[in-house]
Amino acid sequence: MNLFSKITDYTEFFIKSFFFPWNFRRHKNRILEQIDSVGVGSLPIIVVISAFLGLVTTVQLSYQLLGLLPRYFLGATVARMVLIELGPILTGLIVSGRCASAMAAEIGTMRVTEQIDALESMAINPYQFLGFPRIIGTIISLPILTIFSEFVAIYTGGLYAHLFLNVPLGVYNYGLVRNFFHRDLFGGLLKAFLFSFAISVSGCYFGFKVKGGAREVGIATTYAVVTACVLILILDFIVALVVFG
Amino acid sequence: MIEIKNLTKQFDGHYVLDKVSFNVEDAKLVVVLGPSGTGKTVLLKSILRLIPVDEGEVYFDGRNILEAEMEEVYKMRRSVGFVFQSSALFDSMTVYENIALPLIEHTTISEKEIKERVKSLLEVVGLPGREKLYPRALSGGMKRLVSIARALALEPKYLFYDEPTTGLDPIMRDRIVDLIVNLKKNYKKSGIVVTHDLDTARVVGDVIYMLKDGKIKKLERIEKGIYG
Repeated sequence: MNLFSKITDYTEFFIKSFFFPWNFRRHKNRILEQIDSVGVGSLPIIVVISAFLGLVTTVQLSYQLLGLLPRYFLGATVARMVLIELGPILTGLIVSGRCASAMAAEIGTMRVTEQIDALESMAINPYQFLGFPRIIGTIISLPILTIFSEFVAIYTGGLYAHLFLNVPLGVYNYGLVRNFFHRDLFGGLLKAFLFSFAISVSGCYFGFKVKGGAREVGIATTYAVVTACVLILILDFIVALVVFG
Repeated sequence: MIEIKNLTKQFDGHYVLDKVSFNVEDAKLVVVLGPSGTGKTVLLKSILRLIPVDEGEVYFDGRNILEAEMEEVYKMRRSVGFVFQSSALFDSMTVYENIALPLIEHTTISEKEIKERVKSLLEVVGLPGREKLYPRALSGGMKRLVSIARALALEPKYLFYDEPTTGLDPIMRDRIVDLIVNLKKNYKKSGIVVTHDLDTARVVGDVIYMLKDGKIKKLERIEKGIYG
């Protein structure tokens, strides 16, 4: 299969899983399960990593800026970096490692144990039954996780600056508010929204494509994560170009 | 009635099904015998259009479903209960949820009615009170019985059994064979049983075919050494 036919196949899979008359009542429980798995399940790791992201960003920026610019610039710069770039991309990459792999492994195992055939034999569309709730669950969860991540990163950085860099929280906040642009926040959230498609569609697509046994499930899991990560970077660049370019 | 005409399927130039033709009359069970790896499962899945075929026609009550729109294929699938060799139960769902799934997806009956239906189906297959168990807590034979209960949920006209007794102990095997016979006699379920087990074929089959090297042949009686 060449790259073009793979892209066509991937797109066709997305269309089959997403573009049909939605019936949220029918899928409600399965969507909630996915929000729990993708959103609530990822929260602890997102909080921990975002805290360190905030710390590292603050340390690096203080090294480069303090002494050259007013101290409030620290809050402004940390916030803008986190909102525009670091928050969405780090959250996207963590969730793709955690959830695209889980989706591919679960659906792939269902494929090799004939559970997907069983769905089809019962006249249940497996794309709508398995793919749709995962896509919607990720679309809802990822932007919320991104906001959490950004909040934790910005204020861990603020706390560090307050305790160790002699930049009071008030000054840090002043810089943050003074240089806050709605475009930064919504541009970042647009990225999170698009990343959620890359993660969920890659996880489901490679799960559905499994043929064989345990080894192929493992390979599908790897492909799902790698594809999701590459797509996240491509989408990141496109949004950067369109919104901030 | 199901009519299968010239069904052909090949993998990498090797014909697994080579112009296979036979009929399934109403209230009759057709057994397709054959050693492992001859394409019996491929035959069942091809008839339901779960896998694409190269050639042929499959008529369900006069309509060729290999040429039909997916909407019609789904409608046809609702008239067939499929019992998989691996049971294919959803391991993230309880026994109740497994059996209730087709009812939730395809009917508008109330939750109370679904509960009653699941309860009565579990009684039919001899597993009352197991609603809350997960498939991992069931033996291979019990999984097969739950799979039969799930296949019966939508009250299908036809039942397809893929190696229903393979890998089971003799007691469980007899229990499943009795259940298949009971479903045919008392519930008038016609269908196809694919198996390599000669004893099962003798007991459940009204018509018996042998699938070998892609070709299908009607058998008048089953003799020892038939696979030789």
